[in-house]
Amino acid sequence: MPYPANYRYTKEHEWVDAKGDIATIGITDYAQHELGDVVFVELPKPGARIEAGKSFGTVESVKAVSEIYAPAAGEVVEANGELHDTPEKINTDPHGAAWLIKVRLANPSELANLMDAKAYEAYIAEKNKEASA
Amino acid sequence: MRYLPKSPDERREMLAAIGAKSIEELFSSIPERYRLNKPLNLPPALSEAEIIGYFKERAAENSNGYVSFLGAGVYNHLRSVVTDAIIQRGEFLTSYTPYQAEIAQGTLQAIFEFQTLMSQLTGQEVANASMYDGSTATTEAVLMAERLTGRQRVLVARSVHPEYREVLKTYAKHSGLQVEEIPYAANGTVDEKALHAAMRNDVAAVVVQSPNFFGVIESINALAHEAHAHEALLVTAIAEGVSLGLLRPPVEADIVAMEAQSFGMAPSYGGPFAGVLASRDKFVRQMPGRLAGQTVDSEGHRGFCLTLATREQHIRREKATSNICTNQALCALAATVHLCLLGKEGLREMAQQNHSKAQFALGELAKIPGVRRAFDAPFFNEFTVEFPRSVKLVNAQLLRDKIIGPFVLGTPYPELTKHALVCVTETTSRKDIEKFAGAVRHALEQPI
Repeated sequence: MPYPANYRYTKEHEWVDAKGDIATIGITDYAQHELGDVVFVELPKPGARIEAGKSFGTVESVKAVSEIYAPAAGEVVEANGELHDTPEKINTDPHGAAWLIKVRLANPSELANLMDAKAYEAYIAEKNKEASA
Repeated sequence: MRYLPKSPDERREMLAAIGAKSIEELFSSIPERYRLNKPLNLPPALSEAEIIGYFKERAAENSNGYVSFLGAGVYNHLRSVVTDAIIQRGEFLTSYTPYQAEIAQGTLQAIFEFQTLMSQLTGQEVANASMYDGSTATTEAVLMAERLTGRQRVLVARSVHPEYREVLKTYAKHSGLQVEEIPYAANGTVDEKALHAAMRNDVAAVVVQSPNFFGVIESINALAHEAHAHEALLVTAIAEGVSLGLLRPPVEADIVAMEAQSFGMAPSYGGPFAGVLASRDKFVRQMPGRLAGQTVDSEGHRGFCLTLATREQHIRREKATSNICTNQALCALAATVHLCLLGKEGLREMAQQNHSKAQFALGELAKIPGVRRAFDAPFFNEFTVEFPRSVKLVNAQLLRDKIIGPFVLGTPYPELTKHALVCVTETTSRKDIEKFAGAVRHALEQPI
């Protein structure tokens, strides 16, 4: 699955799609693949504050429960309610319909620290190499 | 699975197989200063005859021939030999809690049946595989409420078992939980006005017990309403499970924490017990401990397995829902067998007998000059009376007549100086109750 060129990426495998000070956050195709079949997602409520590098929710697969880390600080404006009934969308459309939360960024320039698609692809290629080594 | 001790030859063989020269070498990664370089402080091994002699002496310490009016969280109920016969089968008695569905279908099914019974009894949608006891179940229920609400203030009724509250405070001490106590009203139930005054939108849980520690029944519906008005959860503890044979289950509660000792576990040395944790289906992912589920195998046959284990400690370490890594499988099995033997009608009849006999005992005690009923809310099989003198003095007299007297409420509640918590179960005969009332009357007539 291609990694959209206009997104930014974290080392913990979240993606961010920022439009002005509103950012949509999800987990990457690599992350969903590592997790396996997703069965449950726990997301913050609108109004909750998230902090860069801190966990804001969990994704539960048949194998494990994993934290989702905030790529930047901000206030949650919307959580993807559809994932409550159809968490498996994270496996089929992680970069699109299975976005997790929309956030009003406290400081949009924070995103400059994150990887672009090319850097992220190189990062996961390295990860895959480590895994097969 | 049997316990087979290893011979020195077998130890050598095992060490050789893994390439270690000695047990010491095997543990060499543990720094020297953390190793116990001396034998354990245990008495020497005994011969078979000595062991039998030792246990005969201990058994002789039992208070045989005594009649008891002591409850307060541990209840003396009839037990069937069938329960013991089943739980002593090697397949159940010696097996460790099962992870592997491939080899533990019987145990997993028994746990599933236990969960089903506990859900039905408590009026909740889901119950787990059991906790250590009622006190830890209550605390785990509070921690669950903390995770679900994201709040840290907890209001606990003073009429909740004092030891349950102690356990909660111990957990709270280093976890940031703020535990506040709500007083009881003149009739023995939670002081609803005080509760209302303490309620704010920062309360994670309101914790009550019913029947409460004074034996009286709380209005769960009204308490749930108060908690829910502030988006807090209502945790209901139940120390005497037999009460559910007669009382309406606490369906309005969000989490029920129960002690299952009354179901087939003898009150020996205060344990072992089994805790019950039951809740709403929508909260299942925040439930601590184990959960057995029913499923189908690859050939479509019904089978059982542990489910929703991804939040357990062996998988999620410090982010687990709880530090409980096990359950009370054997005690839970005892409860399951006991309840299946009783059946719905049997449990109801047993509960009815408890209540009727307790009513009779109260009537007999109330005839004694100076004895007054305290807390007049409806009760199940325990009630509180006030004596004209210290309960300890009365109990000392009763003991001479081979009667174990009521619980001394003044110990955990200093303001209840002359209050006695009397427990009567189906095991207590009319004759016993009359003997008890007579002995109390006699004790109160004695000069101090």
